Amino acid sequence: MDDRTPDAPQVKLSCREVWKVYRDEAAPYFRQEVSTGDPGALAARMRGDGAIPAVVDVSFDVHVGEIFVIMGLSGSGKSTVVRCLSRLVEPSHGEVRLDREDLLRKSDRELIEIRRHKMGMVFQSFGLMPHLNVFDNVALPLTLQGRPASERNERVSRVIRLVGLEGRESAFPRQLSGGQQQRVGIARSLAVEPELWFLDEPFSALDPLIRRQMQDEFLRIQHRLKKSIVFITHDFLEALRIADRMMIMRDGRAVQVGAPVDLVLNPADDYVAEFTEDVPMVRVLKASDVLDPSQAVEAGMPREDADLSVENLLPRLARHRGGIAMMRGGESIGVVTAASVIAALAQEKQHRAGTDAPPSVRRGDSRPG
Amino acid sequence: MRRRLDWLQAGVVVAMLVLVLAPGAASWLIAYPAEWVVPITLWLNVFMSWCVDLAGPACRALSAALGVPMTAVRELLNWLPWSVTLTLATFVAWAASGWRLAAFTFFAILYMVVIGYWSESMNSLALVAISVPAAVGIGFALGALAFVSRRAERIITPTLDLLQTVPAFAYLLPILLLFGFGPVVGMIASVLYAFPPTVRNTRLGLSRVPPEVVEAGLMAGATRNQLFWRVRTPNALRQILLGVNQTTMAAFSMVIIASIIGGTADIGWEVLLTMRKALFGESLLAGIVIALMAMVMDRITAAAASAEPAPPGGNGRLRARHRNALIAVGLALGVALLASLLPFLEEYPEAWEVYPAQYLNDFITWIVVEHAKTINLIKRCAFFFVMLPVKTGLDQTVTPFTWGFEFTAPLRAGYALLAAALVAWVAIRRGIGSASLIAFVAIMVYFGITRLPWPAMLAMTVLLGWRLGGPRLALGTAAAFGFLIVAGVWPQTLLSFYLCGLAVLLSFTVGTALGILASELDGVSAFVRPINDTLQTMPLFVILIPFVMIFKIGEFTALLAIMAYAVVPAIRYSEHALRSVPADVVEAATCFGCTRGQLLWRVKLPLAMPVIMLGLNQTIMFAIAMLVIAALVGTNGLGQQVYIGLGDGDFGVGMVAGIGMAFIAMIADRMTQGLSRAREERFGLRAEV
Ligand SMILES: Nc1ncnc2c1ncn2[C@@H]1O[C@H](COP(=O)(O)OP(=O)(O)O)[C@@H](O)[C@H]1O
Ligand SMILES: [Mg+2]
Repeated sequence: MDDRTPDAPQVKLSCREVWKVYRDEAAPYFRQEVSTGDPGALAARMRGDGAIPAVVDVSFDVHVGEIFVIMGLSGSGKSTVVRCLSRLVEPSHGEVRLDREDLLRKSDRELIEIRRHKMGMVFQSFGLMPHLNVFDNVALPLTLQGRPASERNERVSRVIRLVGLEGRESAFPRQLSGGQQQRVGIARSLAVEPELWFLDEPFSALDPLIRRQMQDEFLRIQHRLKKSIVFITHDFLEALRIADRMMIMRDGRAVQVGAPVDLVLNPADDYVAEFTEDVPMVRVLKASDVLDPSQAVEAGMPREDADLSVENLLPRLARHRGGIAMMRGGESIGVVTAASVIAALAQEKQHRAGTDAPPSVRRGDSRPG
Repeated sequence: MRRRLDWLQAGVVVAMLVLVLAPGAASWLIAYPAEWVVPITLWLNVFMSWCVDLAGPACRALSAALGVPMTAVRELLNWLPWSVTLTLATFVAWAASGWRLAAFTFFAILYMVVIGYWSESMNSLALVAISVPAAVGIGFALGALAFVSRRAERIITPTLDLLQTVPAFAYLLPILLLFGFGPVVGMIASVLYAFPPTVRNTRLGLSRVPPEVVEAGLMAGATRNQLFWRVRTPNALRQILLGVNQTTMAAFSMVIIASIIGGTADIGWEVLLTMRKALFGESLLAGIVIALMAMVMDRITAAAASAEPAPPGGNGRLRARHRNALIAVGLALGVALLASLLPFLEEYPEAWEVYPAQYLNDFITWIVVEHAKTINLIKRCAFFFVMLPVKTGLDQTVTPFTWGFEFTAPLRAGYALLAAALVAWVAIRRGIGSASLIAFVAIMVYFGITRLPWPAMLAMTVLLGWRLGGPRLALGTAAAFGFLIVAGVWPQTLLSFYLCGLAVLLSFTVGTALGILASELDGVSAFVRPINDTLQTMPLFVILIPFVMIFKIGEFTALLAIMAYAVVPAIRYSEHALRSVPADVVEAATCFGCTRGQLLWRVKLPLAMPVIMLGLNQTIMFAIAMLVIAALVGTNGLGQQVYIGLGDGDFGVGMVAGIGMAFIAMIADRMTQGLSRAREERFGLRAEV
């Protein structure tokens, strides 16, 4: 992921070897051992000493306009990572760069400016001010900046419309449902038009149906705004729906970074494999993953986008037995047939069951570097 | 460790028994010899006069400076026509809570007018009106400081502990000496007495702001100042207002007490004066004024604290507040105009005053005479069968005159045998520790608490401290009791101990029983609640009045007054504890067939125990607070010492007793908390009230 190569994606935020140790922030660990020793062993020693290494040697990049999902069981350090990125907690060690500038070197003043203009954050339990109504809650960041009332009103009404809360401006948080409260949280974080958007388990406190609805809303908003996003969840299906790339964490360490399909198909270890075990293959595989090499594209074949998930392709396949041509960038790249889908699924199934048959799809090594 | 403590305790009891039985045992072991008393009192006086020399002029200057706003407010309140004040107060009550409180306020103030205590009431109100904002300001600043800086917190918290346990009277002493007499002194005393609750609640409120809310503020780009004033403080406001409510009540009760030294034509002075002259009808009428003022203030501040933010209408909220202010001004002007036309609205005509003190006095006299037999019987029974046995022991109490028969040798032997049998049984069932406690009680009831050897008492309490709070509490207990012994106030301490202990025992028993009833029967609950509310907001020494009226001066009256006040937390906590037993536990128990009785005894009570123990803690604290006030009606304990010190302007005497009481209160507090915590840990519960 070298951002100097011409057509590589542009990096918005990058962190390198970030550590956060609670209790006993003890510096001695970080003088020499970090760069030389094995991070796992070092973390184990810290635990032995009574410290809590919440984030252990985590490195990753967030590209401009992508949704980067951090996933892991509760207590695995997700929240701490994202708070290190926004400097709500001070990392014990490591480097965080925002637009190539060293975030950890920023003074308090500069940091406040960055938060006022470049960052927004959404919290699991909303973090709304109970004494302010919806409008004032959303306007809070702008009020704190001392923006003129006219600009404030205009911006606030716009984001409130964006999250679909128009008409509820004068309600207080306690008068709203969980889903509505989180809409307020989202609107507030968007009011300053941030470039970088952090969401810490934004939908985990909501009922499944509402959660699904909010995910759709979120994707709709992101489709319009194209923010660079760090999204935390402990729900793999949620991650699957929205992630461009994701990172799986365990005990503070990043176990694997990659596109969702990589994680399902090539889990780095049993921990990741267990996470992905119940994921329906049809949702993970894309049409381009299940091409039938024996078929050639014929004129008159129906056409579909090659990035479509197999799940969404199935109904059409049922109608077009002869196969569907897959298009990418205006060109066809192959044909999918019912047989090729079944073959791919069967192969994956065998692979997961632990037989030696190689998976039908292999991607490049996706361990974090 | 436990076992060793048990045996130590048994050893102490045995030693004590030997000591009190052995005829002519070393008398220095029974009563602490006067020659050994360390002249702490003297030192304190020397120290104080040094302080007065040093800081006196500055303090007097301050007092003079504070006199200016004080007088201004006083005159303003006296200048306002009563009808205007009445209208404004009623409107504020309506705005804060609704028409019920408004009606209550209206009648309460009307009472003050009609009874003819208007200007006295306004003088007292002036004191509160000045001291509450001052106390809240100081309290908020210190609370915020304690929140921001750990080091400051480490100093502030223990200081508050001490300030809040030193009896109210004892505050007056140093202030009296430093600032002299007068109403300003009352104000200073009440500020000092009243600010701690605001400190505590401010700190608590600020530290309870959810972390995500603070993080949201940070992410919104708040500076340090913005974070404090626009995120933390509004979020903590409710808790802070709760503190303001408590501060108001404390300031109010102190204003009354302060009139002992600074009384000038205010309502507290009126109560005191009439009580000293044994004009109980008059003092009851004045006392009711105080109680009404306290209740109105409590309800208004409490309503403000629990008020929801304005209902939807959003940005109109500010306007709504302005609207209320406008209405208030309009109303005031209107009524003032009316008052200038109708003079009786300006100044209530004396001819219209209703002052039924004489009828009250006659009525009371009639009751006392008519029911003299019953009253005497109650008094005698309580005295001979409950109070004296604890104070001087069965040994001296049982005579033909009191109990109707001689305490003959066989009877004494019978008591000893009975006690021994009980101790043996407990030793087998519950172990040596419990048995030695029972033995201690048995010995105490026989010889009386005032005749027990001081080393044994000291050793027992220290061991108890160790049991309940570990070595640190034991050390603290030893230091506190050592101080009282060495300072030469041990006999008074024992007297306080006896009165307070008895009151706690009785009110805790009665209160818990009532609480259990109230938790089972909604009718009882609805009946008890308003009585509790009233008792709790009543300034302490108003509670004394009705008891003095009927039972006259004496220890029994003091006991009743203490009980009346201390029973409230016992009822409250036990009802709350039983009602908040988790519903699923109760459902589960009902499902496998518990009867109502079994449910109560086997399920609810054990689970409620930690909170009930917290209630015991509060019962003790309330009793100690009332103990000092009860000294006014003739008790001979530490409370009386404080009072004597105050009367003679003897700083040392009053202070030793005041600090001693504070120590006892703190030790009792830690011990009962230890008890509650032990319960809690056993069940893996957390007590929260
Ligand atoms: N302020 C703190 N002090 C001490 N330990 C903490 C603190 N915050 C988090 N931790 C610990 O760090 C670990 C990671 O926590 P967190 O980042 O909140 O996990 P997640 O968000 O994945 O559930 C947990 O073991 C947690 O107990
Ligand atoms: Mg978390």
